[in-house]
Amino acid sequence: MRATPSREVLRSWSPLAGIAVFAVLLLVVAPAVLSPFRLDNLAKYSCWAMAAVGIGLAWGRGGMLVLGQGVFFGLGGYVMAMHLKLESAGAGQVPDFMALYGDGTMPLWWEPFRSSAFTLFAIVALPVLIASVLGYAIFKRRVKGAYFAILTQALAVAFATLLVATIQQTGGFNGLNNFSSFFGYNLYDPTNKRMLYTIAASLLVAMLLVVFQLRRSRFGELLVACRDGEERVRFLGHDPANVKLFAFVVAAVMASIGGAMYAPIVGIISPTDVGAPASLLLIAGVALGGRASLLGPALGAMAVGYGRSTLSESFPTQWTYFLGALFIVVILLIPAGLSSVLPRLWAPLRGRVGPARRLRESGATA
Amino acid sequence: MDAFTTPLLTGTATGAILLLAALGLTLTFGQMGVINMAHGEFLMAGAYATYLTQQVVTNTDVSIVIAVPVAFLVAGGLGLLLEFFVISRMYHRPLDTLLVTVGVGLVLQQLARDLFGAQGDPVVAPGWLDHQIDVFGYNWPFRQIFTILLALAGLAALAALLKYSSFGRQIRATVQNRDLAETLGVTTRRVDRMTFFVGSGLAGVGGVALALISGTNPTLGTGYIIPAFLVVVAGGLGNLTGTVLAAWTVGVVTAFCTDWINGSMAQVITFALVVVFLQVRPQGLFTVRTRGLV
Amino acid sequence: MNPRRTRRCAGVALTASMALVLSACGGTKTDSASGASGASASGSSCVNVSGNTIKLGFLNSTSGAMAISEQTVRDSLLLAADEINAAGGILGKKIEPIKEDGASDPPVFAEKMQKLLTQDCVAAVFGGWTSASRKAMLPVVEGNNGLLFYPVQYEGLEASKNIYYTGATTNQQIIPAMDFLKSKGVKTLFLAGSDYVFPRTANKIIKAYAATLDIKIVGEEYVPLDRDDWSAQVAKIVAAKPDFVFNTINGSSNVGFIKAYYEQGLTAATTPIVSVSIAEEEAPAMGVDLTGQYASWNYFQTVASPTNTKFVAAFKAKYGPNRPTSDPMEAAYTSLYLYKNIVEKAKSFAVKDVNAASGGVTFDAPEGTVTINGENHHIAKTSLIGQINANDLFDVVARSGAPIEPDPFLKGYSWWKP
Repeated sequence: MRATPSREVLRSWSPLAGIAVFAVLLLVVAPAVLSPFRLDNLAKYSCWAMAAVGIGLAWGRGGMLVLGQGVFFGLGGYVMAMHLKLESAGAGQVPDFMALYGDGTMPLWWEPFRSSAFTLFAIVALPVLIASVLGYAIFKRRVKGAYFAILTQALAVAFATLLVATIQQTGGFNGLNNFSSFFGYNLYDPTNKRMLYTIAASLLVAMLLVVFQLRRSRFGELLVACRDGEERVRFLGHDPANVKLFAFVVAAVMASIGGAMYAPIVGIISPTDVGAPASLLLIAGVALGGRASLLGPALGAMAVGYGRSTLSESFPTQWTYFLGALFIVVILLIPAGLSSVLPRLWAPLRGRVGPARRLRESGATA
Repeated sequence: MDAFTTPLLTGTATGAILLLAALGLTLTFGQMGVINMAHGEFLMAGAYATYLTQQVVTNTDVSIVIAVPVAFLVAGGLGLLLEFFVISRMYHRPLDTLLVTVGVGLVLQQLARDLFGAQGDPVVAPGWLDHQIDVFGYNWPFRQIFTILLALAGLAALAALLKYSSFGRQIRATVQNRDLAETLGVTTRRVDRMTFFVGSGLAGVGGVALALISGTNPTLGTGYIIPAFLVVVAGGLGNLTGTVLAAWTVGVVTAFCTDWINGSMAQVITFALVVVFLQVRPQGLFTVRTRGLV
Repeated sequence: MNPRRTRRCAGVALTASMALVLSACGGTKTDSASGASGASASGSSCVNVSGNTIKLGFLNSTSGAMAISEQTVRDSLLLAADEINAAGGILGKKIEPIKEDGASDPPVFAEKMQKLLTQDCVAAVFGGWTSASRKAMLPVVEGNNGLLFYPVQYEGLEASKNIYYTGATTNQQIIPAMDFLKSKGVKTLFLAGSDYVFPRTANKIIKAYAATLDIKIVGEEYVPLDRDDWSAQVAKIVAAKPDFVFNTINGSSNVGFIKAYYEQGLTAATTPIVSVSIAEEEAPAMGVDLTGQYASWNYFQTVASPTNTKFVAAFKAKYGPNRPTSDPMEAAYTSLYLYKNIVEKAKSFAVKDVNAASGGVTFDAPEGTVTINGENHHIAKTSLIGQINANDLFDVVARSGAPIEPDPFLKGYSWWKP
């Protein structure tokens, strides 16, 4: 079954149609039909979905099981929250919790976050810096597979513990909360809540476009090649470390932006949003949706968020069972996620997607 | 003097708990390459087994001794079930095994919560552990000595098993070359299952020691799983000497940092040190040449 | 793929995304004062008071690490709701509880609070336990101008117009405990706490007060909430040889602390502990005999009062004879009755009427008569020091004469400089 060039082009552009449908649903349909409360929730799920899109790239395409994306999610979240906290405190003032838990003086490293421009810069620059340093050391050392997963999870645990321990600087276990405004916009005005939703949804769509573009670029091909045969890529004269590093950094930035939106939307960022369980919840969404697919990670993360809200409303204790079962059933039986099941149901009707392509697309061999 | 001996001795006891958690992992992760994130829940199962043993055998002096084999069998049995129903299907997908066992761990935690309640149940220390000996000004509690002895016993038993028993030889043969072992008449499937049984059972024994520290509760094991993995990796995969050294070092460093700074920062610093160490020496303290590991 | 085309595609994608982001910026920039009042007007109007029932939200964690504690609060809230409904309801309206799970996760508390106030349109919400959960709910309940009744003792330094605090603030629990220690002739004190807001703040207050009482603090140790191994810290207590230990540890970490304390040879006879988080629920779960140790609360199951006899009997009848009653449970039970009394005084469920009427409202609670302070929304409570007996219940060994007026910011204490 040899695809003609025109069909090849069609296939390579068809994900764009998926993104377009998704964008319309998110930006036009959802605001029209959902109540403000549900829209608020959807905004929150979109933040997780942003991190999930990055995980899809690093894990689904690159084979790097990033079990500690909470670190970068938290990085962006805390940077944004620090700015919002300073904004609430007013010029020259110190955030309220520092007087409560500490001696009322602000550490110097908080000072730059008074500036909105610096905050926005830091939301992108900090994860780039940290992921680069970390990733460089890890990938140059050819740490991969399970070691990489455990190492990143250890980082998430350490980061959460660090936040809890530095109560006078970061608010400790309570985290940062009680923001009043977002770059001058009142956070409790319904119009502004809708604006926050629109920004989050737009950023999510933008990230999907970026990943779409990355996947079809030379880099995207190399990344999949690294996943499926790192040694061969090396023998062909490429350095897999650089390819993986770039994917890791992109994933980190996406998680950071997601976190930065999460803080004003939810109104709190705390170590529980950062640690190992939070990171695993992100992975669960990606696995459910389909790690190697384009839309799967985002939809999966949203589904897990939605399940968490609604299932816990009706079956509070069963939620943990459900989450556990999700990991077991999805990974064991449908490793390529739900997005692989739908085309498979579709395929016999169209007879297009061959088994070889399915396997390659699924990334399940990684 | 006690500023030095106190952290050293409490740290050694902490290291012993870590070693008990890590010994099982050196088998399942180090030898078989299986990442079992539910290993922490096997510790928890061992703790509950201790509690249940105390409910049946009310004489606490005896029950704690009975609890050790009971916990071994309970946790080992759970491991056997996990191997049979889940892990045996995915030996070729190590990363996916990791995620599936995360799910298994969540289910086991919630199961414990539903069966025993979230409050946790008390485990009573036997009278003969209720003493201290004075070591340079530190009242060293017998419980810590008991923990260390338990870890050493587990270590000795495992080392002997691997080195001298025919089962141990079969494990090593299977790890080094599965196909060749198979042609020589080793039923590798059975070896896999038994290896998992022993590895999980050792976590159960760790659970007995944990129950003496903090009683039981459903999330008992979660705090130990990542440090235990780091210990196994830092020690050099599948190497018992390295694992012992790494566990002891992590325990003592944490204790000294706790003494000098505070408990929370001690955790952060220890984690950071291990991660940095693994950057410098990704193969761990000692390396064993094994084949078939990813 | 052709590199030039790749670049062009990237350009298309980026332009598209930028356009989307720009289109998103349709918010209204208002100064915060008018924005808050605008939101509050829409928030309070959705409560339906026309029927013969009134919706109240019960927001407690029934899953996750805090479930064991918060379920007890939920149980006593439901008991109070049953009793009030049997007696004719609030202003003749039966309570219709809307139950939500906070999942021991602060953002979930914020989300559920939003749901209760804007979707279910409840008249008031009862619940929360950890300070983190309260801090997460606070902006939501203020932003929507709702009402929250929070039933747990906490670290003070807060007074929201939209929250009623029916547990103790620091001057009703921590300071009386220090006075008790002084009366016992304590000269040296060791502080042990979880690495958490309540212990940190409580110990800050304890240190400031201890200085004026001439009590020397000989050590201060914190352990993360999820850690159980206290061996190293208890070794420091052994070395410091204090007269007393002040324990502000939260949750299951207490078990590890108490076990380490006994295994290193400390006892109630040598170095007693006064705790502020160990109550009737926790004491039997330690696995050691706690007889002789102290706790500072405002209610114990053993309190002798007709209302308490009735409360304990009703609770055991509903949930089983082995279930103890504790301070937070009593504070939750009291909070629902206090709400009933305020609403019936105000003859309205509207938040502004409730707030206008709340000052001076009383209830003959199981702990004794409590009175709402209309200024800071806390309640005047009698402080009690209990000593654990062989049945794992507490015998009251000291009490404040009259109910203590709440002072969350410790304004009445000259030694406190925030």
